[in-house]
Amino acid sequence: MEKVLEVKDLHVTFTTYGGEVQAVRGVSFDLYKGETLAIVGESGCGKSVTSQSIMRLIPSPPGRIADGAVQFKGKDLTKLKESEMRDIRGADISMIFQDPMTALNPTITVGEQIIEGIMQHETISRQDARKKTLEMLNLVGIPNPSERLKHYPHQFSGGMRQRIVIAMALVCEPEVLIADEPTTALDVTIQAQILDLFKDIQKKTGVSIIIITHDLGVVAQVADRIAVMYAGKIVEAGERREIFYKPQHPYTKGLLNSVPRLDLDGADLIPIGGSPPDLFAPPAGCPFAARCNFAMEVCDRVYPYKTHLSRDHHVDCWLQDERAQKMLAGVK
Amino acid sequence: MTGYIMKRLIAMIITLWFIITLTFFLMHSIPGSPFNEERNTSEAVQRNLEKFYHLDEPLYVQYGMYLKSVVTFDFGPSIKKSSQTVNEMLGRGFPVSFELGIVTLIVAVFSGIALGIIAALRHNGFIDYLAMTIAVLGISVPNFVLATLLIQQLAVNLAILPVATWSSPKHMILPTLALATGPMAIIARLTRSSMLEVLTQDYIKTAKAKGLSPVKIVFKHALRNALLPVVTVLGSLAASILTGTFVIEKIFAIPGMGKYFVESINTRDYPVIMGTTVFYSSILIIMLFLVDIAYGILDPRIKLHKKEAS
Repeated sequence: MEKVLEVKDLHVTFTTYGGEVQAVRGVSFDLYKGETLAIVGESGCGKSVTSQSIMRLIPSPPGRIADGAVQFKGKDLTKLKESEMRDIRGADISMIFQDPMTALNPTITVGEQIIEGIMQHETISRQDARKKTLEMLNLVGIPNPSERLKHYPHQFSGGMRQRIVIAMALVCEPEVLIADEPTTALDVTIQAQILDLFKDIQKKTGVSIIIITHDLGVVAQVADRIAVMYAGKIVEAGERREIFYKPQHPYTKGLLNSVPRLDLDGADLIPIGGSPPDLFAPPAGCPFAARCNFAMEVCDRVYPYKTHLSRDHHVDCWLQDERAQKMLAGVK
Repeated sequence: MTGYIMKRLIAMIITLWFIITLTFFLMHSIPGSPFNEERNTSEAVQRNLEKFYHLDEPLYVQYGMYLKSVVTFDFGPSIKKSSQTVNEMLGRGFPVSFELGIVTLIVAVFSGIALGIIAALRHNGFIDYLAMTIAVLGISVPNFVLATLLIQQLAVNLAILPVATWSSPKHMILPTLALATGPMAIIARLTRSSMLEVLTQDYIKTAKAKGLSPVKIVFKHALRNALLPVVTVLGSLAASILTGTFVIEKIFAIPGMGKYFVESINTRDYPVIMGTTVFYSSILIIMLFLVDIAYGILDPRIKLHKKEAS
């Protein structure tokens, strides 16, 4: 499979009055053509910062990509000039934000907001840009697009606005689409429609999608692969089935346990006790150790090595360390 | 749209009627009359004069006659300068005041917005602090103080600009500066804070994610939204500029309307008081109306008319 995007050991820090917040602490992942990668984790784990760093959209200052590389089409995006980066934004890599109610400019017609994106990146007449916009609005399921083009965002419902945002992101046929909690602000039925739309569009255009969410239901519906983030690191990653059926990291297990389930009639949710560590001074060892039921001394002191469980599935946890498996084999 | 304008016109007329009524009765409740002076005029002459100007009639009759004259746009002759009608005074004074007011408004709006944008884009930088220091000074220093300072420094000490009067563009610089600084400062502060707020909005992030250039983001996406609060204060700012012209006209000896206005109150020149008040109020009301129209053009969410889009 063709690799589209490669994030290598990404570190992002924010300088604040209280000190440096290490929001992302060495994140690496690959994105392949036509797949959907879900990055999941609780609030503040660094998933949004990771995605915005790929686009170089973190507010700077205070934000800063301290280390690492983002390889895209043979270029390291972290090293590009701002003007070169602008050519990539919207054309090669697009982004969708969480709240469609605020993501569109209230004083500009939706048509103009889509057309200006096309005109920015392509040498194309206004007429053709408009035609392209109409096609795109059709594709995302806006009824009567030639009329709707002239309307302002406040004349659309939330679901329709998110469709427009998606149309806006895809109109220049990007290779990568980053969707930061694209369905969080929508109600459940609209959520399902939008997720279907993602799948549909991916089939038609072959775009690779990074979807950022804390909603495991969304993940189950659209993701091919899943990366679980905790305290600025990817602690476990793998194919969807592997993560859902064979989670290995205690945090992943905890996340899955805390999802409401219909089959456990009446049983309480099982929350993960405690709260994430302070990223001003992240712990030297595993950041989850303080909340982990299986923590050992080594977990507190040394960050676990990456253990590969299969071709795609890997986990950062001492419990899964190969040497323990070998020891076990020796005893047998 | 026409329906809305019609409604507003009716409201404007009612407002104007309130102002006329209030001014009329307030004016007549001030003790004294135009003919109370040191100069000894005989009882008979006074009575004749009062009869001539209908001042001997009961107040409600005078009020009725006045309303009639307003409707016909004839404010009558001045009592003190009997060779002139109020209409002539307005015709002579207003163009000058209008010129000063408009130039001031344009200078204040454009420089204020520019200063606000620069300050917002260089948030917490040197330029920001400099611009805001100027703005605070502009708000706190009254325009008559600024006017005298400007005259002293630029006209007297450096002698690069004329001291007073209104005869060439060069003469316009000092009065305009003195009058525009306050409103400019208010607009600059408002633009800055509203720009800072708009720049953190999600749709600005969306615009960035589209790959738009900073210039496009600021002028196409941010400014229009940031200007909404600025437009809101524009109506009342225009009012303060209008009233500010009285003082400035006095200081710079500009032959505008302010002179007539102040004089007429001192001498109880009833027709001139009424004429200038009605005239100024009309201008103000029209300004506020224009601001509302501008608001509707800037922000499509504000509907001025009932035509509902499906």
